[in-house]
Amino acid sequence: MHEMGIASSVLDAVRIEAGKYPGSKPSRVGLRVGEWAGVDRESLRFCFEALVMDSDLAGLQLEIDYRERRNRCERCGNEFAVLNYEIRCPRCSSEATAAIGGSELDIAYVELEE
Amino acid sequence: MERVAVEKKVLNENDRVAAELRQRFADEGTLVFNFISSPGSGKTLFLERTLEAMPKQTRVAVLTGDVQTDNDARRLARVGFPVQQITTAGACHLDARMIDKALAAWPGERFDLLLIENVGNLVCPTSYDLGEERKIVLLSVTEGEDKPLKYPGAFFKSKVMILNKVDLLPYVPFDMQTARDNARRINPDIEIFETSCTTGQGLEAWNAWLRLQVELNQVKVLAER
Repeated sequence: MHEMGIASSVLDAVRIEAGKYPGSKPSRVGLRVGEWAGVDRESLRFCFEALVMDSDLAGLQLEIDYRERRNRCERCGNEFAVLNYEIRCPRCSSEATAAIGGSELDIAYVELEE
Repeated sequence: MERVAVEKKVLNENDRVAAELRQRFADEGTLVFNFISSPGSGKTLFLERTLEAMPKQTRVAVLTGDVQTDNDARRLARVGFPVQQITTAGACHLDARMIDKALAAWPGERFDLLLIENVGNLVCPTSYDLGEERKIVLLSVTEGEDKPLKYPGAFFKSKVMILNKVDLLPYVPFDMQTARDNARRINPDIEIFETSCTTGQGLEAWNAWLRLQVELNQVKVLAER
């Protein structure tokens, strides 16, 4: 539901980055979106395209790098994907594991053309 | 074509304002809780009961967010503490700037406790930091016990879960143990309170815990000065 606001924040950030390279035109923006970020990727894409269309950023492409939930075991150091909410370490069965990824909502890069 | 690394959070601007708010709350000794839940889980009545039990000398303020109407603010204001409604006019969550703006209506006021009632929604509010000390998620027994699994973000980011409306348990197929287990699968350290705002069950424990948190925060503020 808040994907429009998120898309709008992304475009603001793209404009700021592009402004640092006068004469360039942003062609692509790369996001990292975690499984638990609370963002629907399809909805985000729809909002992004709606905002980009007929704007100063027309033609800007969106690339989403989807990140699954990952935990690290505090006992044996194993890093693993959390599947079906199972946070126990698959190697040593410890329950003392902590999230190391999956909540991302980051702008990774912008591609610029001359 | 040139690729430029940006490496910024999408909600960078919100996070910046939230960090300023957090600093200000620390400086002023204000403990801030951000309440999140689905619509209809009983947040407003829960806050009414919470306010009714607060000692009158505790300086408490409430910000309540809704898409439209000031009904909740009027309900909460009856208890006698300062309350402000934030109407988001369509937005499905509160953001840090709305909090900053609302606080400007109380110039020079310092509070011991600020309770923020977010817009009823288990998705979007979890993405927006409001400078709070912790998020508290409410789940009522008229919802499904699998809510923590369906909306993991809200339960993962909350330090406390209130299982509310427990007086209705005889009438609904809701398994408390499953709900607790599901919440702990997402967040093993989550603290859980079971409450009914109709019968008052569990409210004493919650209110005692809340008063303790306010006192601990005051001690922390004094120790840091």
